[in-house]
Amino acid sequence: MSELEVSVPNFEPIEPAVVPPAIPVPAVKLGRAIVITSGKGGVGKTTTTANLGAALAAMGKRVVLIDADVGLRNLDIVLGLENRVRFHLLDVIEGKAELDDALIRDKRNENLHLLAAAQAREKEDVDGAEMKGLVERLREKFEYVLIDSPAGIETGFRNAIVGAQHAIIVCTPEVSAVRDADRVVGLLPSDWSPELIVNRLRPALVRKGKMLSVEDVNAILRLPLLGVIPDEPGVIVATNRGEPLALDASSPIGAAYRSIAARLAGEPDEAPTATPRTGGLLSKLGALFGGAGNS
Amino acid sequence: MFDFLKKNEFLKGFFPRERSGATARERLRLVLLSDHLALAPDVVDALKAELLEVISRYVDIDPNAADVTFEQRESEIAMLASVPITGVRRDRPSLPPRPRNAANGRSTTGPARRRRRKRGAQPSAETPGAAPIVAPMLNGTIPAAEGPSQAP
Amino acid sequence: MSARRIVITSGKGGVGKTTTTANLGAALALRGQKVVLVDTDIGLRNLDLVMGVEKRIVFDLVEVVEGRCQLRQALIRDKRFDSLRILAAAQTREKTAVSEEQMDKLIGDIANTADYVLIDCPAGIEHGFRNAVAGAREAIVVTTPEVSAIRDADRVVAKLRERDLPFQLIVNRIRPEMIKSGEMMSADDVAEILGADVIGVIPDDESVIDSTNRGEPLALDATQRLASIYAKIARRLEGDPVPLTDLEAPGFLTRMFSMWKQGAALS
Repeated sequence: MSELEVSVPNFEPIEPAVVPPAIPVPAVKLGRAIVITSGKGGVGKTTTTANLGAALAAMGKRVVLIDADVGLRNLDIVLGLENRVRFHLLDVIEGKAELDDALIRDKRNENLHLLAAAQAREKEDVDGAEMKGLVERLREKFEYVLIDSPAGIETGFRNAIVGAQHAIIVCTPEVSAVRDADRVVGLLPSDWSPELIVNRLRPALVRKGKMLSVEDVNAILRLPLLGVIPDEPGVIVATNRGEPLALDASSPIGAAYRSIAARLAGEPDEAPTATPRTGGLLSKLGALFGGAGNS
Repeated sequence: MFDFLKKNEFLKGFFPRERSGATARERLRLVLLSDHLALAPDVVDALKAELLEVISRYVDIDPNAADVTFEQRESEIAMLASVPITGVRRDRPSLPPRPRNAANGRSTTGPARRRRRKRGAQPSAETPGAAPIVAPMLNGTIPAAEGPSQAP
Repeated sequence: MSARRIVITSGKGGVGKTTTTANLGAALALRGQKVVLVDTDIGLRNLDLVMGVEKRIVFDLVEVVEGRCQLRQALIRDKRFDSLRILAAAQTREKTAVSEEQMDKLIGDIANTADYVLIDCPAGIEHGFRNAVAGAREAIVVTTPEVSAIRDADRVVAKLRERDLPFQLIVNRIRPEMIKSGEMMSADDVAEILGADVIGVIPDDESVIDSTNRGEPLALDATQRLASIYAKIARRLEGDPVPLTDLEAPGFLTRMFSMWKQGAALS
């Protein structure tokens, strides 16, 4: 850094008035921090975070997954990494461990990293500002920072969104899930443009009019559709084994996640497909949500 | 050779894997053990304190430098103790001669061993301040207080 | 009269707490019990939707606690039953709007007017959970036979034990064919892992989705398979030791079969 030396003979030396700016260093391109959330529990946030992360990593992106469900951590077990957790999110925030020591690198794909939640702590123990700082630090090291939000709209949810710039809403085609997702969308920063994943769709039930269609869901939520995942028992088997389906070339669910990852990364293979629409349920939903909209 | 065959992607289909339900059960068992340990710091502290106390009956230790941790491994959780030893105690518990062990065909695991263990040792309070005289042997048998080993 | 005060909880979201609360409540009411269902998921209420009374909410739980209405004004009488009433949660408030003491008092007040108070607990183990449990004197833990759900249920069970709250287990959404093929844990497995007694085992049934869409609990429809299962759970709750059937406990059968095979091999 050079300083202007102002020399004025016989006068009191004065402070250098102007210090020219440092030569700008090209900024590190920050990664995208995306929160995966839903409101309703059990719709597939953790499964989606794990699979999207695995798919992005398989595409060659450097990815870190953060489990923000303090006290009820599950991202580690869904990924099959539960045996390797030594330090967790709160250890890093509280300075008990270095970030690099807490990050678990997936041996199946070294692009994929996990920062586990604490199990013996509470969500209220996480300071929002610290969480934001942590996410910033991770954005400097990774192209994608995916944050697995807990269910609900309280402290855990708020801490999960605090460092993110983008949200993926996971919603199943069920009235309770749609209602909760609608609530959550209303709680996100108003300049965000969250995207939707409809999970656990059963096309046969939709055709019979016994399940909401993707259009029904999005008539309420009105979000850009990122993808649709069918309901298959294979997810249970995959979680039993700790092997995300995105890594299974023969799995249709894996394929769905891989194509979502491609779209997310701006390298789409095809547009998301919806399913045959159904009639009557739409009007019931309309009446239900007439008052409480996306505010 | 079977390992090779199992690892070979093409041939994997011929060797059925363990059913995922059994895999899940085993993974859950371990993860819950780990969760329970993490959630019971007072129990863990008590365990550490008692452990150091037992060790210090035999050897002098530096308790401030002692470290007891739990390490999660692929298929088990292990307790690791690192305890600096500064000397061997003169008044350590005296042990009778080593009883017969597995070398002569007696099983060291299983019901027989457990029965021997169960016959139990009460700590003796003959000498105030002294360590209990009876303690489980390294091979699991309990030496009798009054004489040669109990091994049947 | 003072009701039994039972919280329906799980830790994990989406395993069937609300569906269970609704259907178990309906089954009890069909058996002539006076039942009140309480939704404590402030901010994300859904019991009203599952019961089909969402358009009839005038006052909610928070307004009762804050004294802005009488309890009886907030209780929605379900017209399909002789005696089933529902207290809805607030939708635009937070779980911190009520305290544990307030919840305990509220449930106590409700208990004076009923035989059974079923408290629908939100997901998680934080404030919402503590509030729901504060009013309860016993619990039903709902879980599915999946790794995450059982792990979360284990956390909840530990908390219930800390509070000396007796509990029983419902294993929900089992798939007997997957249990038989070994790709899903059985209800026995789950009960053993959690150290809990099972009061009900419920198979996965796509009719639940439709019933929620319509707001008509399955327990009301005698042609539904799940209706008889919920009815049996209600009877067990009342103290009638109804045994679990093959359908409900395929894990038990599988184990019997493999023991028989072993026995045959050794003989």
